[in-house]
Amino acid sequence: MLELRLHGRGGQGTVVASKILADAVVMAGKYVQAFPEYGVERRGAPVVAFVRIDDKSINLRSKIYNPDHLLVLDPTLIESINVTEGLKEQGIILINSEKDPSSFNFDGNFKVMTVDATKIAISHRLGSKASPIVNTAILGGVIRALSIASLDNLVEAIKNGVPVKVEENIAAAKEAYESLKGGN
Amino acid sequence: MKKVLMGNHAISIGATLSRVQVIAAYPITPQTQVVEKLSEIVANGELDAEFIKVESEHSAMAASIGAAAAGARAFTATSAQGLLLMHEVLHWASRARLPIVMANINRALAPGWTIWTDQNDSLSQRDTGWIQLYASDNQEVLDSLIIAYKVAEQLSLPVMVILDAFVLSHTYEPVEVPEQSEVDKFLPPFNPEWKLDVNNPHAFGGLTAPNIYMEFQYNHHNAMLKAKELINKEGEAFGKIFGRTYGNIDKYKTDDADYILLTSGTLARTSNIVVDSYREKGIKLGNLRVRTFRPFPTEEIYDALKKAKKVFVVDRNLSYGHSGIFFEETKASLYNSDLDIPIFGFVTGLGGRDVTPELITEIVEHGIKSEKPENDVIWMGVQK
Repeated sequence: MLELRLHGRGGQGTVVASKILADAVVMAGKYVQAFPEYGVERRGAPVVAFVRIDDKSINLRSKIYNPDHLLVLDPTLIESINVTEGLKEQGIILINSEKDPSSFNFDGNFKVMTVDATKIAISHRLGSKASPIVNTAILGGVIRALSIASLDNLVEAIKNGVPVKVEENIAAAKEAYESLKGGN
Repeated sequence: MKKVLMGNHAISIGATLSRVQVIAAYPITPQTQVVEKLSEIVANGELDAEFIKVESEHSAMAASIGAAAAGARAFTATSAQGLLLMHEVLHWASRARLPIVMANINRALAPGWTIWTDQNDSLSQRDTGWIQLYASDNQEVLDSLIIAYKVAEQLSLPVMVILDAFVLSHTYEPVEVPEQSEVDKFLPPFNPEWKLDVNNPHAFGGLTAPNIYMEFQYNHHNAMLKAKELINKEGEAFGKIFGRTYGNIDKYKTDDADYILLTSGTLARTSNIVVDSYREKGIKLGNLRVRTFRPFPTEEIYDALKKAKKVFVVDRNLSYGHSGIFFEETKASLYNSDLDIPIFGFVTGLGGRDVTPELITEIVEHGIKSEKPENDVIWMGVQK
């Protein structure tokens, strides 16, 4: 079983990202649960979502305390909260950032990857410049980093899960897939 | 077709596939998406139903009563305080023998103000005369709604389909969505023997004097008892068409078990993982999930437990000053039987506190090492 934790801010599409990822993973023939941190969400406030992936039907119904990997949709969260809390050793931390993975230093044995989802989202006019919607872009990076579904699966999931600008969202995901830094 | 659905949308789709004709609902967290999705489906013309916007949950149930009395298949959904506000009319719906189906998202009661899960909202409607079915995943939520109408309309009894807040309502997971044509074969249109009809006037619910009132209660109770058979029968018939079978109880490795967990809702699924880990160690643990709470499946529970040495009931609910409610019901229903084994009552997970495999393991350990329960309530995961 693979467990992921997504960190974002209200309005960035973090929960929607977890749902689209779940959809892609199911298309790849796996079982999945995707759920938000059960709380009350506000725009701009830290938001957490979880994805649990397995080859068989999932009975586990508790929260995720020790994720295998992390996705950070907003790099400023790294300064305000301890994003690596509970993260397993060797875990991948995929960050939406224009910086090189080597510029991040976390306390622990983790592997940092980056993708400039903000720049990609703005270039495809997803959200506004002040408040870009980065979720589909970062998912392109996730698919590349974790090999949990194919890019085609993700494209189909975006078609199902995005209400507007479908082509732009697909293009953003593809661009992120190609521009992941620190991956294999 | 397999879709990734949140529990709330599994409800909306289940109601749509059941071809409900009247929906009267008032939004409340964590049920809101049920109503949003259904209003969208009705507005798009995908479902030929009357969507009644009401000013409260009491009105939602009152409108459902009117609709069902007029011969329409009625649906509503609520949660927590909303369900409590319905309480008076819940009795009316069942005593009028109206086959309304309602989804209730189990949310703990306030104060302290809360939106997270426990079962006290629905369990405090125990004596309203409604059938209560507790689901353990989103597939079961969708399927149970369809089966609920089939059972409800044969017995003229209302059914509550119940699911955990957030753990199901807001969790996305793969759900097989049945074909409408297949559902239509399973669930025929609602065609009640008696209905309010201007061309054939009747009065319902009139003054019922002591010489006849009790007979209505006798009939209502017998219909509830009959529901025990029918829930299993229709759950099996559903399985023949759709490949997924449901009943009053769900046994997981109980047949040869020395120790049996008795659970409900989603924590039952987490308990199955704990069963597997004990089995690996050679300890015969099983898990009995109770799906039907009303009518209470006494006979089936007896059969499942009769060879066990100890039973560990896990309640995500509490009757203050007494015990957990599934514990109380289980113990009471077995009192006159020949089963004389310790039954432990654990209370945990209130107000959405997480129920982890580690916590269930603690429960099992406590039960195995204790000769008898020290109290009617054994608190687990509480900061004393």
